[in-house]
Amino acid sequence: MTRRSRRLLALPVAILAGFCLWQASRPAWAQSLVADLSSHLIAITTGFTGTDVVLFGAVDGDGDVAVVVQGPEGEVTVRRKGRVAGIWMNVEDVAFARVPAYYNVAVTAPLDGVVPPTVLQRHEIGLDYVRLLPEKAKLTPEKLAEFRAALIRNKQRAGLYTTEVGEVSFLGQRLFRTRIYFPANVATGTYTASVFLIRDGDVVSAQTTPLLVSKIGFSANVFEFAQRNSVFYAILGIMLAVTSGWLAGIVFRKS
Amino acid sequence: MQIYLPIAELSVNALLILMLGGGVGFLSGLFGVGGGFLMTPLLIFIGVPPAVAVGTQANQLVGASVSGVLAHWRRNNVDVKLGSVMLIGGAVGTGLGVWLFGLLQKLGHIDLVISLSYVLFLGTVSSLMLTESVRAIVKGRGAPVRSKLHHHTWLHGLPFKMRFPRSRLYISALLPAFIGFVGGVLVAIMGIGGGFLLVPAMIYILGMPTALVAGTSLFQIIFTTGLAAFLQAVGNQTVDIVLALLLLVGGVIGAQFGTRAGAKLRGEQARALLALMVLAVAVKLAVDLIIRPEDIYSITLPVIR
Repeated sequence: MTRRSRRLLALPVAILAGFCLWQASRPAWAQSLVADLSSHLIAITTGFTGTDVVLFGAVDGDGDVAVVVQGPEGEVTVRRKGRVAGIWMNVEDVAFARVPAYYNVAVTAPLDGVVPPTVLQRHEIGLDYVRLLPEKAKLTPEKLAEFRAALIRNKQRAGLYTTEVGEVSFLGQRLFRTRIYFPANVATGTYTASVFLIRDGDVVSAQTTPLLVSKIGFSANVFEFAQRNSVFYAILGIMLAVTSGWLAGIVFRKS
Repeated sequence: MQIYLPIAELSVNALLILMLGGGVGFLSGLFGVGGGFLMTPLLIFIGVPPAVAVGTQANQLVGASVSGVLAHWRRNNVDVKLGSVMLIGGAVGTGLGVWLFGLLQKLGHIDLVISLSYVLFLGTVSSLMLTESVRAIVKGRGAPVRSKLHHHTWLHGLPFKMRFPRSRLYISALLPAFIGFVGGVLVAIMGIGGGFLLVPAMIYILGMPTALVAGTSLFQIIFTTGLAAFLQAVGNQTVDIVLALLLLVGGVIGAQFGTRAGAKLRGEQARALLALMVLAVAVKLAVDLIIRPEDIYSITLPVIR
């Protein structure tokens, strides 16, 4: 490598180093939001009936806080029933890719009209702005809106999407907290709790915290066993049935 | 007492499930049927996914049939040879049924097919049973009229004739195999033992002695339900052991009380009551198919890729 080319390389390296230094120093003055969860793990045990998780944090000044909790994504098919020869059966379906299994939103104050829709859209704040994209693009907007609304409605009925925007309450000037409910039918997987600080109609700071929902203990063992050793699980299930049937036959023999 | 079902991924009241199992067990003891046709719709109704309801119910029925067969075995009322021939058809039917179940589930028509087969099979069998038993009650205690002991129809012209000494039959092996096949498909798709369909088929199509029918059909049902439970657990992971255990405990106890109560009922009365009950289930499902659902849209469980 010649001296000339080495000097040429020095310039970008210096710029990069400067940028890194600036990045490293930035949180010192831009740490306008900190938040955490009361628990990072929701354990689904045999007695699990749903649980609350508290999200709390602090901001460095005024502004609104929005909290969005989303669950693991998966493909969901929405089906519409129609009447065929007097019987209601599924006639049309639309598959949505990457649908969050769970969605919950809470804010300090209503954001409609205050924050432009493009901002809400970018951060998926509010049920109207959740990214629900169909697998196939060739759908009329009306049809898409119809199936999207149906998807949200069904999720709400299952208690997995919020029916109304929750409340983030301020304790004094700086501290805020909100309560997030997870029902008993919550899916296992990795969730994210995103907190946004909104000032003058824009998100000025954001933080994302992971949250794990996992089966623990007996129910986890049974589930694992059924998935990993499905043949042994199947045999065990049948043996259990045969034994209890046999026992019943012997115990009640006299009758 | 709430308990989380690990495969159904649902929190249920354990007492409710025990009571459901007990109630259905009582009825099955009373009438001598498996009770799957009541339990599967009930499980779906309380929120268990249809696939898990069918798979778990198949597992539960293994236990119920074992306890039923024991009683018949002691009285020597099981035709093992005929049951085994039925079983060959049953195994093929169950395999096909489990495959069909998966396919229909993918196409989104499984709920419709489950409902339609319930309406069709339960409706037909219960109507026939009801008219027959009502006629018997009206007539009083007259013996059932039999025009001829042995009808000779095209069914007897089928090949592969076999002797079944226990039932005193000389018929084509295809007949019991076919009946078993139909039963096997029903086990896999509807989550029922199929006794309510097998019993009349064995009496009217095969011409088997009535005393042997219940034990032999139960003998066959142990293996078809066992195979269905095995295939569902291995292929679709839809057998919930916790749910099956709760149902078994409730069912086994309920069945014993049902059997005692059943001894006090006359045959045609029991048949009429059973027919009414089955008909009620069929009508309920038929009405659900015809009236406009509350929400015409439904969603599937998420598939994580």
